[in-house]
Amino acid sequence: MPTFPATSPAAGPFALPRLRVDRWGVATMIIAFFVAVPLLAVAALALSPTENIWRHLADTVLWSYVRKTLILMAGIGLGTFIIGTGTAWLVTMCRFPGRAVLNWALLLPLAVPTYILAFVFTDQLEYSGAIQSALRDIFGWRNRQDYWFPEIRSIGGAITVMTLVLYPYVYLLARAAFLEQSVCVLEVSRTLGKTPWQSFWGVALPLARPAVAVGMTLAMMEALNDFGTVDFFGVATFTAGIYDVWLNMDNIGGAAQLASVLMVFVLILIVLERMARRGQRYHHTTTKMQALPSQRLTGLRAGLACAACALPVLLGFVLPAGVLMTYALRFYEKTLAAKYWAITFNSIALSATAAAAAVVIGLLLAYGLRLGRGPLPRAAVRLASIGYAVPGAVLAIGVIVPMAAFDNAVDDIAETVFGVSTGLVLSGTVVAILYGYLARFLALSFGTVEAGLCKVSHNIDGAARTLGAGPSKIMGRIHFPLIRTSLLTAGLLVFVDCMKELPMTIILRPFGFDTLATFVYQFASDELFEESALGALTIVAAGLIPVILLAVTTLRSRPGHASGGAV
Amino acid sequence: MASRDGLHLLNVSHAFGDKQVVSGVSIFVEPGELVCLLGPSGCGKTTLLRLAAGLEELQVGRITIGDELVAEGRAGKRTTPEKRGVGLMFQDFALFPHLTVLENVLFGVPQVDTQRRQDAVKALETMGLAGRAGDYTHTLSGGQQQRVALLRALAPRPRVLLLDEPFSGLDVTRRAQIRQDTFRLLKQSGIATLMVTHDPEEAMFMADRILVMRGGRIVQSGQPVEIYFKPETRFVAELFGPVNRLPGRVEGGTLVTPLGRLPTDGLPDTVDVQVLIRPEALSLSETDGGDRPASGPVLTVEAARSLGRSTHLSLSLENDGTRYVINALMPGVFMPQTGTRVTASVAPEGVLVFPLHDG
Repeated sequence: MPTFPATSPAAGPFALPRLRVDRWGVATMIIAFFVAVPLLAVAALALSPTENIWRHLADTVLWSYVRKTLILMAGIGLGTFIIGTGTAWLVTMCRFPGRAVLNWALLLPLAVPTYILAFVFTDQLEYSGAIQSALRDIFGWRNRQDYWFPEIRSIGGAITVMTLVLYPYVYLLARAAFLEQSVCVLEVSRTLGKTPWQSFWGVALPLARPAVAVGMTLAMMEALNDFGTVDFFGVATFTAGIYDVWLNMDNIGGAAQLASVLMVFVLILIVLERMARRGQRYHHTTTKMQALPSQRLTGLRAGLACAACALPVLLGFVLPAGVLMTYALRFYEKTLAAKYWAITFNSIALSATAAAAAVVIGLLLAYGLRLGRGPLPRAAVRLASIGYAVPGAVLAIGVIVPMAAFDNAVDDIAETVFGVSTGLVLSGTVVAILYGYLARFLALSFGTVEAGLCKVSHNIDGAARTLGAGPSKIMGRIHFPLIRTSLLTAGLLVFVDCMKELPMTIILRPFGFDTLATFVYQFASDELFEESALGALTIVAAGLIPVILLAVTTLRSRPGHASGGAV
Repeated sequence: MASRDGLHLLNVSHAFGDKQVVSGVSIFVEPGELVCLLGPSGCGKTTLLRLAAGLEELQVGRITIGDELVAEGRAGKRTTPEKRGVGLMFQDFALFPHLTVLENVLFGVPQVDTQRRQDAVKALETMGLAGRAGDYTHTLSGGQQQRVALLRALAPRPRVLLLDEPFSGLDVTRRAQIRQDTFRLLKQSGIATLMVTHDPEEAMFMADRILVMRGGRIVQSGQPVEIYFKPETRFVAELFGPVNRLPGRVEGGTLVTPLGRLPTDGLPDTVDVQVLIRPEALSLSETDGGDRPASGPVLTVEAARSLGRSTHLSLSLENDGTRYVINALMPGVFMPQTGTRVTASVAPEGVLVFPLHDG
C-alpha cells in the first residue's frame, strides 16, 4: 500500500493576522462596494445641503407625490393579494376544467412589462380606441358627452394595469405555500373534523401569510420602479416626479432628494419583506409532499372558478399579446423601417453584456461569501443586493452623479498635466447603462448563483481541499460543473430584465441611442404605438423565457425543492 | 513502507463566537497508530478533525505533522489544507457527484504520477470496485460509497488520515463487515489515523487508543479495555450504555450494597459511594423455590425480553425497605416468568465505584 515520500509538502506562504478578512473577503467587499456606489451616491446627495429644495418641494408637490404613491401601492397590494391568493387557492385546492393549463398560464402576465400593458390598454380603451369606437357605433353615441366611460389614463388605470402583470408574484409564492402545507397540517385539520373551507380559512391562509406578504412587497417594489405607466398615464408619483424635477426643472439635487424619500418607501418594503421571509421559515411545516386533498367542482361553480382564473391571464397576457401581434402583422414594415434590427441588436448586445458581467460578479460574490469569514463581506454583499429593490430612476441618478464626478476629475487631471480636455469619458456612454443594469440586477444573478452554490455541501469543498486543490482549482473543477445550470439561469434572468428595463435606460442612454424599450416608449408617447408593436412583441417574447423556466422548474418540481428563481 | 509521520495537537482551544467548543486539548497520534476520539455529539470532536485538516483556522495551540509545524494559534503559521498532506474522510463521504468513481479516487493524484494512478486503480480492484470505476457515485450503495471515499482520501498518500464518523451512514447489517475491511486497509497502510466516533463499540473495535471527550475536553484516554473496565468517571462508564446505579458504603474493607457485599480495592472505610454495575455483570439463576437459603441477593423478575443474542431482564430488589429496579443482560435465552425469584451474582470487574459527587 501507499508509500509516502520523504519530502514533506512545502509550507504555505500565508501568515496573516487573526481576524483578518482573507483575500476573497477583500475582493468580495471591493466588488460589492463598487455595485453599491449608486445607492450610496443618492444617499450622499440627499444629505448634502448644497441644493436644498426641501421647502420648495414641501410647499408644492411633495405631499401630492406621497399621497399618489401610497394610493398606488395600496391599490396594487390589495389587487395582487386578491388575484394572486384567490387564483393560487383555486388551482391548488380545487379541480375544475382548464385547471391544468391555468396552473402555469397564470404566470404568463409576468412576461409583459407594465408599460407595454399600459400602452395596449390605452390603445384599446381611450376615446379613439377600439372599445369606445365600437360602443359608439353600437349605441349611436356621438361624442364624450353622450356617455360615461372610465378614464384609463388615471391612477385607477395605473393600479389596474400594474396589478394585472404583477399578481403572479403573489400567485407563485402563495401557490408554493399552499402546496407545502398540504400533507401535514391540512390533513390533520381534516381529521380533527374541519371542513375544507374551515381548513383553508383557519389553517392554510394563516400559514401562507408570510409567503403572500413577500409576494405583495415584491409586487409593490416593482410598482415603485415603474416609470412608463405612471408617466404615460400622467399619474404624478415619486418616480414620475424624479424625472420631472430632473429633466424638466433640470435640478439634479432636487431629484436626488426626491429619490431619497422614495428610498424610504423602498426601505420600509425591504424591512417588511425580510420580516415576512423570517416568518416564512417558522411557518414552514414540512418538505414531505403528497397529492393534495382537492375538491372537485362541478357545474356553475366549476365555470366560475375557471373564469376567475382565466380572466387575469386573458387581460394580462392574451389581450396584449393578441393586440401586439395584430399590429405587428399590419405595421411591421414601418417598424423595420425605423431601424428595428439595429435597435434589437442594441438591446441584445447590451443585455447580454450586462448578463455576462452580472453572472461573473455574482459568482465571485457568492464564492467570496462561501470562502470568506466574518460579517463584513456579508454586509457588503447585502448592501449591493438592495439595488434590486431600488427603482431604476433612483439608481440612474446614483450612476450619473459619481460618473460625472469621475469624468470631471479625469478632465481636470488631463487639463493640468497634459493641457488637454478629455471631456466626458464615461457619462452618456453605454458604460453608464451597463453600470446601472449591474447595480439593479446583480442581486438577481447573485441570488440564483448562491442558491445553486448552497446545494453543494461544504464537505465537498473540504474534501477537495484536503485532496490538494486550492480555491481556484475547486472553483474550476468542482463548483463550476456543479452549478452550470444555475449560472445559465442567472444569466437568462438578468438578460431578460435588461431587455425590459425602461426607466434607467431612458436617463442613461447616449444621445440618439435606442433599445427596444425606449423605442416602444418613444413611439407610444408620440401616439404611434401600433408602429412599434413588433418591438413590444419582441420584448414580450424575451420575457416569456424566464416564465417558461419558472413554469418548468417551480411548477413541475416538488415545492420546497424549487431552484432559486426570479424572486 | 508506511508514512512515518505522526500527528500532534498541542494545547488546542477553539471557540465559535463566544461558544467554547474545544478547551486545551492535546492529542498525539504516533506513526502507524489508530486513535479514536469518542464522545457524544457536540463535544468538539469534529472541530478537532477540521482543525487538524486546516479547514478550521487554529485559534490557540499548535499542530504538527511529522516534524513540520502546520498551524500555530495567535497569528502564527498556517499551512493551507491543500498543502498539509492530510486525508480526511467525511461523515457524508462528500463524493463529487459529477465525477465517476475512478475520477473521484484520482482527484488528489497528480496527472503525471502514473505510478500512484496505477496503485489507485489496483486499490479499487482490491476493494471490489473494479467494475464500478466508470459509474457515477450516486449509483453506488452506501458501503461502496464509503470505500470510494476512503480510497480517495488515501490515494494521494497523505501523511495522516482523519476519519469523521466513517461508519455512521451505513446500514447496521453491513457495518460490521465494512468496519473490518476498513480496519485491515488502515493497518496495511500503516498510516497514523485519527478517527471520530460517538459509537463506543466502534471505537473499541478500531482503536489502539481511545480518547474520551466531553464538553470540549479530554476526560480520559487509554486502551479500549481500560476505558471499558476502568472508567475514571461515571460519564465514561455510562458511554457504553445504561448501568445500574446503587448506593454503597465501605465497611471493614468491603463494599456494602443492596446487592450484598462486594470486594473493593483499598477504599477508605465508612465512605458513602455510588456503585455502578453493568447489566452484563449480573449473572442470574432461578432459585429452587425451596427452603434452602439463597447464595446471593434475591430479586424478582418484572419483565424479560429476548433480544436474540441475549435477554434483557428488568428486576426489582427490596433492601432495607427501599425498592430498587435492576436491569440485567444475560447471554442467550433466559426467560423466567414474571414474578419468578432469582439470585444474582456479580462479576467484580463489572462493578465500578465512584465518589458520591461525581456525575
